[in-house]
Amino acid sequence: MSNILRILFQRLALGLFTLFIVSLIIFMGITLLPGDAAEAMLGQSATPDTVAALRVQLGLDLPPHTRYFNWLLGALQGDFGTSVGSGQQISSLIGTRFANTLFLAIFAATIAVPLALILGILAALYRSSVYDRVVNVVTLASISMPEFFISYILILFVSVKAGWLPSLANVQTGVPFLVRLEMTLLPALALTLMSVAHMMRMTRASIINLLANPYIEMATLKGIKKARIITHHALPNAWAPIVNVIVLNLAYLIVGVVVVEVVFVYPGLGQLLVDSVQRRDLPVVQAACLIFAATYILLNLFADIISIVTNPRLLNPK
Amino acid sequence: MNKMRFAWNEFNKAPLTAKIGLLIIVVYVFVAIFAPLIAPFGESEIVGRKYLPWSNEFLLGTDNLGRDMFTRIVYGARNTVGIALITTLLAFSLGGIFGIFAAVMGGWTELVLSRVVDILMAIPSLIFSMLLLTIFGTSVISLILIIGVLDSTRVYRLARATSLNIVVMDYIDVARLRGEKIGWIIINEILPNISAPLVAEFGIRFCFVFLTISSLSFLGLGIQPPTADWGGMVRDTADLITFDDYTPLIPAAAIAILTIGVNFVVDWFLQKTSGLKDEL
Amino acid sequence: MKPTDKLLSRLNNAEVSRRDFLKKASALGIAGALPGALLSTNAVAAKPKRGGHLRIALAGGSTGDSLDPTRLTSPHINFLYYTTHAQLTEVLPNGELSPYLAESYEYGKDASEWIFKLRKGAEFHNGKTITADDVIASLDRHRGEDSASQMKSFMQEIISLKKDGDSTVIIKLQNPNVDFPTILSAPTLGILPSTNGKVEDFTVGSGAYMLEKFEPGQRSLVKRNPNFFFPDRGYVDSAEILTIADSTARQNALVTGAVDVIGDVPAATADLLARNAKIKVLDVTGMMHDTFPMLTNQAPLDNNHVRMALKLSIDREEVLEKILSGHGMVGNDHPISPVNRFFNTELEQRVYDPEKAKWHLKQAGLSKLKIKLSVSDSVYAGAVDTAVLYSEQAKKSGIEITPNRVPADGYWKDVWLKHPWCVSNWSGRPTEDWMFTQAYAATSNWNETLWKNDRFNELLVAARAELEDSKRRDMYYEMQRLVRDDGGSVVHLFANHITAYNENVGVPSKVAGNWEFDGFKMVERWWLNS
Repeated sequence: MSNILRILFQRLALGLFTLFIVSLIIFMGITLLPGDAAEAMLGQSATPDTVAALRVQLGLDLPPHTRYFNWLLGALQGDFGTSVGSGQQISSLIGTRFANTLFLAIFAATIAVPLALILGILAALYRSSVYDRVVNVVTLASISMPEFFISYILILFVSVKAGWLPSLANVQTGVPFLVRLEMTLLPALALTLMSVAHMMRMTRASIINLLANPYIEMATLKGIKKARIITHHALPNAWAPIVNVIVLNLAYLIVGVVVVEVVFVYPGLGQLLVDSVQRRDLPVVQAACLIFAATYILLNLFADIISIVTNPRLLNPK
Repeated sequence: MNKMRFAWNEFNKAPLTAKIGLLIIVVYVFVAIFAPLIAPFGESEIVGRKYLPWSNEFLLGTDNLGRDMFTRIVYGARNTVGIALITTLLAFSLGGIFGIFAAVMGGWTELVLSRVVDILMAIPSLIFSMLLLTIFGTSVISLILIIGVLDSTRVYRLARATSLNIVVMDYIDVARLRGEKIGWIIINEILPNISAPLVAEFGIRFCFVFLTISSLSFLGLGIQPPTADWGGMVRDTADLITFDDYTPLIPAAAIAILTIGVNFVVDWFLQKTSGLKDEL
Repeated sequence: MKPTDKLLSRLNNAEVSRRDFLKKASALGIAGALPGALLSTNAVAAKPKRGGHLRIALAGGSTGDSLDPTRLTSPHINFLYYTTHAQLTEVLPNGELSPYLAESYEYGKDASEWIFKLRKGAEFHNGKTITADDVIASLDRHRGEDSASQMKSFMQEIISLKKDGDSTVIIKLQNPNVDFPTILSAPTLGILPSTNGKVEDFTVGSGAYMLEKFEPGQRSLVKRNPNFFFPDRGYVDSAEILTIADSTARQNALVTGAVDVIGDVPAATADLLARNAKIKVLDVTGMMHDTFPMLTNQAPLDNNHVRMALKLSIDREEVLEKILSGHGMVGNDHPISPVNRFFNTELEQRVYDPEKAKWHLKQAGLSKLKIKLSVSDSVYAGAVDTAVLYSEQAKKSGIEITPNRVPADGYWKDVWLKHPWCVSNWSGRPTEDWMFTQAYAATSNWNETLWKNDRFNELLVAARAELEDSKRRDMYYEMQRLVRDDGGSVVHLFANHITAYNENVGVPSKVAGNWEFDGFKMVERWWLNS
C-alpha cells in the first residue's frame, strides 16, 4: 500500500510540473500565432492607430517574457487575471462553464461506461454470434459519423419529428435539476454514441485476448460457466487496457466536446476555449487549458493506479 | 507459391464477416488507385445544376455546386483513405515503438517519455491541432504530421500500459537473463503479446482520423478545396439532413462502410492471434 | 438577376404594392410558381399588438463581447445597442435619416458645423435626464488618441464638441460632410450617462428597452422601457437575444419553437425552411456585398486589362443561383446597393464574357493567366465554394485561378490587404460617402484594393461638401462608374438578409435593409400576435 502512496505523491508532484510546462507551451503557442488580441478584437476594422491604442490598454506592449511572468506570478497566488476581451474575472467566467462541462461529461459517462462494459462483455461472451455482429456494426457505424452529423440526426428524430426533447441545451444557472437533465439528455446521448464503440470494442478485445491463457483453459476444464469465467477470471486481468480506454474517453467527454456544445448551444468550456483562441484571449485560454490539463492528469493517475492495483506483479515489483 | 496457397487457405477458413471486410477494403483500394479511370467526370468539374436527383447520367446526383457526387466520392476515396492510412501508420509506428520501449527500459527513459506524452495529451487536442495548423499552415503534409504525432500519444499510452503487464512476466526475465537484446525481446516476446489490443485500436484510430479532419473542416482548417474528402463533404451538406434530404448520408456511409470493413478484418485477426477456437 | 427575384425583393421593400405585384407577376407568368412564404411576408400589414416575450436567435456574438462601445465588435452587441441605447439619429425602414434622441438637427454655415437639439425630457433608464454633457462625454470617448473605437477615424474629424445650454450640442468638423448626421446613427455611438465628463456605466441607456441580463456569447435579456421618448414604439414586454452560431441549430430552434425569429438563414436551406407551413421567410435586399479585392499596386493586377479580364470571367448569375439559391442580386463591381439613395440606375450590368476577357488579357500582353485566390469561409458562408466555382468559370477565359483556403484565424491581419487577391465582405454603409470613404478612398486604412484614382478621390471630397442633391447624385454616379471600370474589386453579389420567423410574429409593412433584423431595430418595431 505504501508503494501506491509513494507513486501517488510522485505523480502529483510531476503533475504540477506538467501543468507548468503546459502553461509555457500554450503561452508560446498563442504568441507564435499570427496576430494578437488587439488585432483579433478589431478584426476587419483594425487600423494601425487603434491597434496600437488597444495594445497599450491591454498591456500587450510589454515584452512576452514579462507578460508570462506577470501571469505566472498571479496564477501562483490564485489570481488568473481577467479576460482580455470582456474584462470579466476569469473565475466567474470559467466557473459555471466548467461546472456545465463536468455535468454533461458525468451525465454522458454514467450512460456510456456501463453500457460499453456490458455490451463488450456480452460481445466477448457470445463471440461471432449474430448479437456480436449487430452490436459491432451499429457501434462502428455510429462512430463513423462526424459528431455534428450524429447530433443533427438525433435532433431531427427525437426533437423535430417526435418533439420529445428540446433541441437547445442552453441551460442557465438556477435551472432545476430535472429540467437540466431533460435539456442535456440529447447532447449526452450524442456523446454516448460517439464514445461507446471505442470502449466496447476495447473491452471485447482485451477479454478475448485473455481467453486463450492456460488459467482460463483450466477454469473451463473445471467446468465453470462461461459468464463466470469472464467476470471472475478474465475481466480482472483485462482492466489495464480497458481502464486506459475509458480514461481516454472520459477525457474526451470533458475536453473534446466543442462541436457538440456548438450544435446544442451548450454553455460549456469548449466553446469558450475556441472563441478565446481565436480572440487571442491568453488568460482565458491559459486558465481553460490548465483546467483541462489538470483533469486529464488526475484521470490518468487514476488509470495507472487501477492498473497497478489490479496487477499484483506491478503492485509488488521484485 | 506456398505462401499464396497458405493465404488462400486462410481466407477460405475465414468467417463470412472477414470476407466481407476484405472485399470492402479491396474495393476501396481499387477505387482509390484507379479513381481517374472510374470517375465519369473531373474531380472539380461542374457538370450541371446543383442538387440534381439521381439519374443515369449522374449516378448519385450533383452536389451544392453542381459537381457529380459519384465522381467526388470516388476521388474522395483516394484522398481520404490515403491520408487516413498514412496518418494512422505514422501514429502507430511512433506511439508503438516509444510505448514498448518505455515499458521495457523503465526508469528514467520511461519517466521522460511518459512526461512528454502526458504534456502533449494534457493540452486539448483539437485546440492543439488548431494552434499548430494555424502556425504551420494547412498543407496535407502538416495535416498528416500533426494529427499523426498527436494521435501517437494515445497509442503510446496503450502500448506502454499493455507492455507493462508483459514486462513483469517471468519469461521476459528469463530472456533478459539469457542476455537477449532489447530489440529481440520487443519483437519476439512483447509485440506478439500486445498486438491484439493494438490492432483493435488501429481499427478505431483509423476511422477517427476521418473525424478529426471533419472536425477541423468544421473550424475551417481541413483539406484544401476543391480536393474531395468525405469528412468535408459531410460537413458541406450536413444541414440538409434536417430537411429530410439524405445527401450527406452518402459520404457518411462511405466512411461507415470502410470502418466496418476494416474492423471486421481486425476482429478476424484478433480471433486468430488469441489462438482461440470458435467455440469456447 | 431574374425578373422574379427583382420583383420579389422590390415587393419586400414595399416598393410595389401587393396588387401591382400580382399584376406584374401574372404578366410574367410566374405568380403560381412563387414560394408562398416569400409572398406573404410583407404583403399583409396587420395592426401591432402589445405584450409578450420575443425570442430572437442570431449567428454573431462571442464569449469575449464587451458592452464598452469603444470595444464593440460583434453583431450581438450592435443588435443590443440598437435595442437598449439611443443614438442621436436613426435610419428609418425606408432608408431615410431621421432624428432619434436628437429632436432635430441642422447645419450651420456649411456642412462642417452641425447643431443637434436634444429631445426635451428624455431620460436614461435610471431616471437621469439626458443633457448635452452626456452627449459630449459619450462621443468624446471615441476620438481620443488612446481610443480603440471602430468609429475613431470618423470621430477624429470632429474639431470641437460644445454645448449651448443643456439641450443643444454644436459639433465642428475639420472638413464639410453632408452625411455626418448619418454617421451618428452608428450603434456604437449610443448615448451613455456621464458624471463629470466621464462615462462609467455601459449598461444604462435610453433606448426602448432596458438591459436586464447580459451573458457574453450566450444571451441578452431586455424589458420594455416605460419612459421611452417615443411612447408608441416598443410592443413586446420583454425580449431575449440569443447567440446560436451553428446555422442548423438555429433553424432547429425555430422549427421546435424554442425561438420566434432567427437571422442569417443559409440561402441554401431558406426555401426548404419555407416549406414548413408555420414558418415564414423574409428576404430583404440589403447593402451587404461580397467582393474579391485585388491589390492594384502588384503585377499583374496593376494592369487594368487584367482586372477587367477577371471581372468578366465570373458568371454572376450562376454564382447567385448556386451559392445564394437566388437570395440576392448580382453586383456590378461597385459597392453601392439599390437600397442606397444614389444607386446608379444608368450603369449597364456587367455579364460573363470569356471572349472579351481573353481580349483584355491580350491587351495586357498575356495569353494565359495563373493566379492564386486566398479564401476563408469565416469571411462569409460559401466563400470557399464561390472561389471554386469562379475558378471553374474562369477556365473558359484561359485564366487559372487556384483557390487557396487559409485559416479563419488572423484572416483580416495576414491575408486581407496582404495577399494580392483575396475575398472580403462588407455589411454595407447607409451612405455612399461612408462606403466609398472606408473601402475605396486612397487615404483609408481599409482601402482593400490600394486603389488610387485621382478623379475618384477628388469627387469624394467634393461630394461631401455639396449641398445640392442633383449635383451630388451626378458625382456619385460617376464614382460608381469609376469603381466599376477601373477599381480593383470584383463585386459580384449583394446578399439578401434572410430572416425566418414563426407565424405568431407580427412584421411591419416596411422592413429596413441596412442591417439584418430590420436594421437591428426589430425589438422596437416588431410584435407578437398572441
